[in-house]
Amino acid sequence: MTSNINVGLTNVGPETHPLTWRYTKAGKSVLTIEDYEALEGYSALKKAVAMQPTDVQAEVKASNLRGRGGAGFPTGVKWSLIPMGPDAGQKYLVCNADEMEPGTFKDRFLMEELPHQLVEAMITAAYAIGASKGYIFLRGEYIIAGERLNAAIQQATKAGYIGENILGSGFNFELHVHLGAGRYICGEETALINCLEGRRANPRTKPPFPQQAGAWGKPTIVNNVETLMNIPAILLRGADWFKGLSQGKSPDAGTKMYGISGRAKITGLWELPIGTTGRELLYTHGGGMADGYELSCWLPGGASTDFLMPEHLDLAMDYDTIMKAGSRMGTALIMVVDDKQNIISAVRNLEQFFARESCGWCTPCRDGLPWTVKILESIEAGEGQEGDIATLQQLTRFLGPGKTFCAHAPGAMEPLQSALKFFPAEFAKGIKA
Amino acid sequence: MLTANTTQTIASDRVGDFEFSAFEREQIEHAIHHYAEPRAAIIDALKIVQSQRRWVPDGAVYAIADILGVGAGDVEGVATFYNRIYRQPVGRHVIAVCDSIGCFLMGFDQLYGSIQQKLGIKPGQTTADDRFTLLPIVCLGACDKAPVLMVNDATHFNVTPENIDSVLEQYK
Repeated sequence: MTSNINVGLTNVGPETHPLTWRYTKAGKSVLTIEDYEALEGYSALKKAVAMQPTDVQAEVKASNLRGRGGAGFPTGVKWSLIPMGPDAGQKYLVCNADEMEPGTFKDRFLMEELPHQLVEAMITAAYAIGASKGYIFLRGEYIIAGERLNAAIQQATKAGYIGENILGSGFNFELHVHLGAGRYICGEETALINCLEGRRANPRTKPPFPQQAGAWGKPTIVNNVETLMNIPAILLRGADWFKGLSQGKSPDAGTKMYGISGRAKITGLWELPIGTTGRELLYTHGGGMADGYELSCWLPGGASTDFLMPEHLDLAMDYDTIMKAGSRMGTALIMVVDDKQNIISAVRNLEQFFARESCGWCTPCRDGLPWTVKILESIEAGEGQEGDIATLQQLTRFLGPGKTFCAHAPGAMEPLQSALKFFPAEFAKGIKA
Repeated sequence: MLTANTTQTIASDRVGDFEFSAFEREQIEHAIHHYAEPRAAIIDALKIVQSQRRWVPDGAVYAIADILGVGAGDVEGVATFYNRIYRQPVGRHVIAVCDSIGCFLMGFDQLYGSIQQKLGIKPGQTTADDRFTLLPIVCLGACDKAPVLMVNDATHFNVTPENIDSVLEQYK
């Protein structure tokens, strides 16, 4: 099995690949400011600071860019909720780079290979929302990304893109890489803010939303790495161009970092028009399943999404279509499960992850997830008791949306509820006669 | 209720023989400047101590509380919350094996079993010669190159029972 970026794609240019064209053009990582500037680097920032901040916001809103961290909330709408004007006071921009969703490996690539693109995106986004301070909340294990981002920040500071009176615009901005220390819950935006403040990463009650009261009680925007990295291209080429990238495939706009893991012939990452089907992804780019393996089911975008079946491969992978099919696009990095894999074991592994990573703040999640694991372990061992499947069904409701403080437990229930739906016989087999 | 003063009193009783090195103190004081409040540097401070001593001894928790002006319980609360802060001694090299679904589907069980067998330890334990500590870790964001593990700060991709020896050999 091999691993690739943009395998088999031709005409990878700025017109079609806002996220990765620089990497492909250079044929390697774009790490220095000189290399980045040679590929239109920092020209979006120059364009932005000549505009009014609210006009930059309006362009992003018009582009219909939706958050690429998993939830798909419209970025421009999120930005428009932040107070603007001379009395707005201190504001923060935080990049959520705490990539820990099992099955997801796109932000690591983007940050390691194109660090300046994130830096430029953050300065531009900060200008748009009037934030004078930004943090890249980076997963502590992403050592190389951290080194490269810090180097990029230093170079950008030296070049006058970070600091005071940036490009003569009167805009001041500081950017700092904040390293996390490892907890999945830090990816939840309010938990991330707690962690940034030096607290346990328990989620906060909403409202108030971070746009009103976030880091240190100040208005804060939290955006994912991939979301932000679309911003420079949107400004350079316009909202209509961005919307056109997915034309004919999806009502959503732009491209998406799609990926494959599991037993496919070729695993890796591809930047493709949003709405590309799972079939195109797996069979055209991934070369199909590895020899000797058949596709049993797949997770469309991370551990917290419902399994889909082979018959769902022809659906456009966009937010609404996958939602209608009973799952979520999540991070759009599909994980294929092969026919030789015991599905109960796979679900047990998924639930163990969620049980271990529960922050413990609310009882349903703290107690319900270990209970779920315990039942799955006994079913896996063929020692399940009568009523266990009904209990699992109940748990998917008791830990579902609206029953817990945040989306951690509901996310954990997604693979379980779909496995119960699609693989009833496998569960039944584990119940002791 | 703990006040800054009582915290300091407890700290001085409990710090014992723990003292920051000049380097640690300087690094922690530098970290504070990145944030609106000193407590935001708790994780930085814990990591700074850990990078120097491999783990975070009790005394360091009190000393960090002291330098940042927060309660020791707050520091301990943070120290015990995050996966990558060690509150017990670890070996010279920490092996963190990804046990999340991407690696699980690609043979995590065999790899984990093989490492435990080779080192003669279970997860959470350290080898008698203090060379390795073995721990599980959450998805390392390289599912296309699974199974994956980290040794200290280095990530190793496509690790199997067959090539694990050559990975471990790099760490004496």
